[in-house]
Amino acid sequence: MIDQVREIVGRHGGIAVDLAKLGETADLYEAGMTSFASVDLMLGLEEAFDVEFPDAMLTRKTFASLRAIADAVATLTTQEV
Amino acid sequence: MDAQTSFLNQLFDRGLLIDSGVPGLYGRGAVYEEIISGFDALISRTVAEDGAEKISFPPGMSRQSFERSGYLKSFPQLAGTVHSFCGSDHDHTDLLHQLNEGEDWTVGQVATDVVLTPATCYPIYPVLAARGPMPKGGAIFDLQSYCFRHEPSQDPARMQLFRIREFVRAGTAEEVVAFREGWLKRGPMMIESVGLPLHIDLANDPFFGRGGRLMKVGQREQQLKFELLVQIANPAGPTAVMSFNYHQDHFGETWGIHTHDGAISQTACTGFGMDRVALALLKRHGLDIQTWPNPVRKTLWG
Repeated sequence: MIDQVREIVGRHGGIAVDLAKLGETADLYEAGMTSFASVDLMLGLEEAFDVEFPDAMLTRKTFASLRAIADAVATLTTQEV
Repeated sequence: MDAQTSFLNQLFDRGLLIDSGVPGLYGRGAVYEEIISGFDALISRTVAEDGAEKISFPPGMSRQSFERSGYLKSFPQLAGTVHSFCGSDHDHTDLLHQLNEGEDWTVGQVATDVVLTPATCYPIYPVLAARGPMPKGGAIFDLQSYCFRHEPSQDPARMQLFRIREFVRAGTAEEVVAFREGWLKRGPMMIESVGLPLHIDLANDPFFGRGGRLMKVGQREQQLKFELLVQIANPAGPTAVMSFNYHQDHFGETWGIHTHDGAISQTACTGFGMDRVALALLKRHGLDIQTWPNPVRKTLWG
């Protein structure tokens, strides 16, 4: 799943650095993701994985790294990470 | 009748505000304007040494600038756009027919190049960007305009067209953070000087929708917005009369505003809700300004 998350972050995260080289736990905000981009990313993830983030998960922390996103999506889909 | 509607009716009865038939759209009586002028003068005295460039904008701004600002991403529900009739003689006949028949005559209206200013600082960013890189030390502006937000309400403190006097700082992170810190000390002293009990709290803007929830949480987590709150007419709690906002590089990036050394500028702003200050004073000290405490009268009018 992490690769799929990486690909969606690449499309929606507005990050200039090479995502292929970005570590799973690297901070996406530090890599240049703005608040507006994080909203686009959230909507992109919801569409790709057919999930809806509950209000309690709508925090900066949920979208802070590839790993955090994959974990969050996994809890919503109970899919193997 | 709730407390807000009751207060609004008292303001109408006294001629302080004048009803237009539309919630949140009011005329202002002479005494009400005297209060606004008095507080405006207090602000001017306070900032006299700041060296801010003073600009007044009309309550409309360029639609092109508005579109680029990103406002529609965050607050589509509050925006107001100006539309006009741009048709032929034949279209005019249709328009008058629709009007006479009580049909929707607005269907043929076309968006103009003007939108209503949503916040006083919005028109300044493209102006600043067009000037090129700022001199060392950045820029500071003293702005005033009417603003529009589409949120009809019987609460007089939630008008659709209202005045904000706003100070905008552009420069390095250190410069704009220091500006906001300065106002977080100076603002409360000013509001206290006119006899209004207050407190300052962390706040968020009314971002739209589910994405907006993420924006609100992010804004709070990063402590980007504070408000100075004063009791007006809402029994549920106090209302913001000032806000202190740190935009980081949002507007600098959006508009291409640069510091003297070519870096993307950071920005911050502090706004006074002028109408809300007037309403808070009327609520606190009474509807007859002749009976207001002497120290308050002296501070406002000398």
